Amino acid sequence: MDIIEAKEVSFEYVRRDEEGNVEGTTRAVDHVSLDIRQGEFIAILGHNGSGKSTLAKHMNAILCPTEGTVWVDGKDTRQESEIWNIRQSAGMVFQNPDNQIIGQVVEEDVGFGPENMGVPTEEIWERVEESLKAVGMYQYRKHSPNKLSGGQKQRVSIAGVLAMHPKCIVLDEPTAMLDPNGRREVIRAVRALNQVEGVTVILITHYMEEIIHADRVFVMDQGHIAMEGTPREIFSQVERLKALRLDVPQVTLLAYELQKSGIPLPDGILTREEFVEEVGKLLGK
Amino acid sequence: MLRDITLGQYYQTDSVIHRLDPRVKLGGTLLYMISLFLFENIWGHLLAALFLAAVIRISRVPFRFMVRGMKTILFLILITVTFNLFLTPGEALVTVWKLTITREGVRMAVFMVIRLTLLIIGSSVMTLTTTPNNLTDGLEKMLGPLKLLKVPVHEVAMMMSIALRFIPILLEETDKIMKAQMARGADFDTGNLIQRAKALVPLLVPLFISAFRRANDLAMAMEARCYRGGEGRTKMKPLIYRRCDYIAYLVILAYLVCKVLAGVLL
Amino acid sequence: MALKVDHVSYLYEEGMPLSRKALDDICLDIPQDQFIGVIGHTGSGKSTLMQHLNGLLTPTEGHIYYMGRDISAKDFDRKMLRSKVGLVFQYPEHQLFETDVFADVCFGPKNLGLPKEEIEGRAGEALEKVGIPREMYSMSPFELSGGQKRRVAIAGVLAMQPEILILDEPTAGLDPRGREEILDQIRQLRRQTHITVLLVSHSMEDVAEYVDRIIVMNQGRIMYDDVPKAVFAHYRELEQVGLAAPQVTYIMNALKESGLEVDTQATTIQEAACSLRKVFSAVGR
Repeated sequence: MDIIEAKEVSFEYVRRDEEGNVEGTTRAVDHVSLDIRQGEFIAILGHNGSGKSTLAKHMNAILCPTEGTVWVDGKDTRQESEIWNIRQSAGMVFQNPDNQIIGQVVEEDVGFGPENMGVPTEEIWERVEESLKAVGMYQYRKHSPNKLSGGQKQRVSIAGVLAMHPKCIVLDEPTAMLDPNGRREVIRAVRALNQVEGVTVILITHYMEEIIHADRVFVMDQGHIAMEGTPREIFSQVERLKALRLDVPQVTLLAYELQKSGIPLPDGILTREEFVEEVGKLLGK
Repeated sequence: MLRDITLGQYYQTDSVIHRLDPRVKLGGTLLYMISLFLFENIWGHLLAALFLAAVIRISRVPFRFMVRGMKTILFLILITVTFNLFLTPGEALVTVWKLTITREGVRMAVFMVIRLTLLIIGSSVMTLTTTPNNLTDGLEKMLGPLKLLKVPVHEVAMMMSIALRFIPILLEETDKIMKAQMARGADFDTGNLIQRAKALVPLLVPLFISAFRRANDLAMAMEARCYRGGEGRTKMKPLIYRRCDYIAYLVILAYLVCKVLAGVLL
Repeated sequence: MALKVDHVSYLYEEGMPLSRKALDDICLDIPQDQFIGVIGHTGSGKSTLMQHLNGLLTPTEGHIYYMGRDISAKDFDRKMLRSKVGLVFQYPEHQLFETDVFADVCFGPKNLGLPKEEIEGRAGEALEKVGIPREMYSMSPFELSGGQKRRVAIAGVLAMQPEILILDEPTAGLDPRGREEILDQIRQLRRQTHITVLLVSHSMEDVAEYVDRIIVMNQGRIMYDDVPKAVFAHYRELEQVGLAAPQVTYIMNALKESGLEVDTQATTIQEAACSLRKVFSAVGR
């Protein structure tokens, strides 16, 4: 079943001059159609201004399409009456870890969503405990968020969404402000959610190494979906990725360089181990 | 630098006082403050001091933390004492130039010092044993009936707790922007008043922009987590009176009765 | 020696129960005309060290000398030091405050008390160096893209005409395109002006290709201070403290372990490809 379906979705920002008169419109998302099935791990890639964040905000009814329709769990996001149900079934984690934590104690922050939904007190405690355990932050439940590292704060944010028992989580560049260790922590937690808890994950990012484990990847450029496929399919198109000015993992680049000088390595090598193995094969070792 | 400022002066330890319902502590502090101004005799004040000493003892907060709050208002106490000393009419004790110290003045000044000291230490006990968050919760619940008069009690309490969460973040940010501007040769420490006020522009503008950006982000994050005001919300940590809270109320009541008796009888 | 750091230690929250050593007996020489990468993860003390170099923080123990003079001395002109040692903080765009780009860049030289023509001359020059076109001078800094804002902020420090430029994670939070642009500008700047640049980063890949020297910091101490190839040779030790050598280093070492005669000193894709081509042509492919 489709958890999220977008059909011919466009979104326009209205630009205004200093007096507030309409100067024109900018099309951030342009006729995008996609469908995401329950349990999938989806990555959406693109650089700033490609429309990926705007698209993400449609999946949680923070924005409504100017044209076209978005269905979340079968519900049309333009329907006012469904808005809270939609936000509960599609949780959202944002870029800046400091600006989305409301509680002054980790466990209170995780309880914020269920409190808003009117979950009974005892069940809130159960949900908080299981969510914090799922992201490996249970031992920090009594801490102040201010004392945590960036990666830990983002895991708390993820737990906060998880406690609302969503069917899918949209993560809008959750690692952009983190250091490499924090990035690894968060991606590990996200993968665990997808594999262990079976939550549909939609990861928006511009780091290539984070999409390797995705089931499907969408690359966005200028409001369109420019590429779509499995990570391997995406990474076999090095030239195209370079034209979109996206990073390519160094292993993939190295293999591509060697291919260009006539060494018949296969397309879309993603990991070090693969590379060593393929080179070994060619050299008969 | 700025990061050294700590807000709220909660002292982390475990005691009966710490575990009391914030409503008891808020109400108790209020009643205690009123009791200080009820009667004017030395026995009454002695009773108030003894009561406070007992509470401090039970709270397990070191006494020096209590006195810390005094430093900030020492100036206020000095002014009050001076006014009371010189401006109370009555039997003259000493006259220096045009200023006269009266017997009544001395009496008033001494009582004033005792009262203010007990008042400050009394409220410090509350802030030292209650987390800011707990305090906001207590206030929200206590002022709940005002909702009937269309007072946005929940919203105000939510604003207070968000402010408490963001003050340390904004302080750190202030520190960072200040350093960044200093690296561009800005000078925040010298010059006259106008120059100094002007020097603050490069600090305040980025700080406000950042605060607005954060507010915007936070509002979106709260909405994404289904926040829609106080209606229909449940509480993760609801305030429920327990036995020790009722006992505490009784103790406060007993203290008040004694205080009134001391005032009337002695 | 332009800057000399002599046995510097720094305690955070001195005298408080929570005080901890952020810097521990650091010795360092920073000459003129060198490109230095400073690597370490969050909390390693690298940012604290950088703030010592222009006198924003004062060492708890030890001394720092600029051109042979102790910068903590009473009569030392710290304002002059800050113009000679330019420090660009993390997310420097957060310090922009003027109504237009040009005025903001003028802020630094204005603080130095220079005549008006000189101020404007320097501002124009600095903006040119970071590749901001003239038609943007009168725009509000807040109309610019993330990468452009950051370059304007860097120009704000460059306009003071420092001899040493410290950039604290200049690429944090940018997408690959923005990252590439900033790093390109810095490289160009080095070529044109020969100022000493200290590039603070989490990412070995960012610095591997360009710098003459790498300083690795860990737990307030200097772990390595050497040319890149020598530092990356310690890739196992780096891994242990949570830092990684460039991916290429790992690939080449893995190939070597599988019995191939490759150059493990290669740190860039080009070098690695070159070495591998040799191996392939040796077996006649």
